[in-house]
Amino acid sequence: MKTAILTFPGSTCDHDASFALKDVMGLDAEFVWHNQSSLEGFDAVVIFGGASYGDYLRPGAIAKLSPVMAAVRRFADGGGPVIGVCNGFQILLESGVLPGAMIVNESLRFVCEDASVKVEADRTPFTRVIAPGKVLRIPVAHRQGNYFADPATLAALEERRQVVFRYCDAKGNVTAASNPNGSVGNIAGICNEAGNVLGMMPHPERRVERELGGTDGKLLFDSMIVWLKEKGK
Amino acid sequence: MKAKIYVTLKKGVLDPQGKVILSSLPNMGIEGVEDVRVGKYMEVVLKDLGREKAQLLLDDACRQLLANTVIEDYRIEINE
Repeated sequence: MKTAILTFPGSTCDHDASFALKDVMGLDAEFVWHNQSSLEGFDAVVIFGGASYGDYLRPGAIAKLSPVMAAVRRFADGGGPVIGVCNGFQILLESGVLPGAMIVNESLRFVCEDASVKVEADRTPFTRVIAPGKVLRIPVAHRQGNYFADPATLAALEERRQVVFRYCDAKGNVTAASNPNGSVGNIAGICNEAGNVLGMMPHPERRVERELGGTDGKLLFDSMIVWLKEKGK
Repeated sequence: MKAKIYVTLKKGVLDPQGKVILSSLPNMGIEGVEDVRVGKYMEVVLKDLGREKAQLLLDDACRQLLANTVIEDYRIEINE
């Protein structure tokens, strides 16, 4: 079971991801540089946060042109599990792997705080062992996390149960006050139609040890391991 | 040859920056502004490709990179 951690110029959470996956989860994981064009031999792909290419033009706009992203598209089309967190989510949106786009937070401010998110779907590899309705406490840290999709796309997302996480209060109520960035429908994370690709703004890799403030993020990696084992990896 | 590219947020996409600018203007005594939308403006210098080819090339550039057509519209002005 081997995980690829993508690294772009400007990635900053790749080492946090490595710590979470290798040191905490005990997984085999390797950094994969943006100019590599193959993901041969990997069972999962993770794209974590930062500001790839300085967020020039739009966050993720330049990263989507990297050779490795063509490989990610092939990997995703083949049903392999892919998670994009924060800038990773933005890259997956810009690449068209996931629908919609990010705009600047409604507050115009960089938000860096713990957020509560309600799990809406367990159909992704990363929510495999999390019961829908469960509230996770995971931090967000972004300036462009205001998820937007046109009404037709939103309706399709809801109908196909592609909304995976929604910002909520501590009790799981989806309220305007619990929305840190103005995302439409309080959306914090979505998956593709097949369910194998997840994009989310909150950072699960930052909540993998009690000493780091909690272990809710670890549930996503536990899920990934269970899912991969079920597939015989 | 030169071209100007205007990238603007689509109608219906919230523009937090525009909203803040709009609400700040009256504080400076500037009254009567009803809406502000913030966009991007790019100046492009091209080889002399001819108007038609340049239009096609820039259209491609806008769709692939310069604009995110999920949230943005673009307009190309070519000046010979």
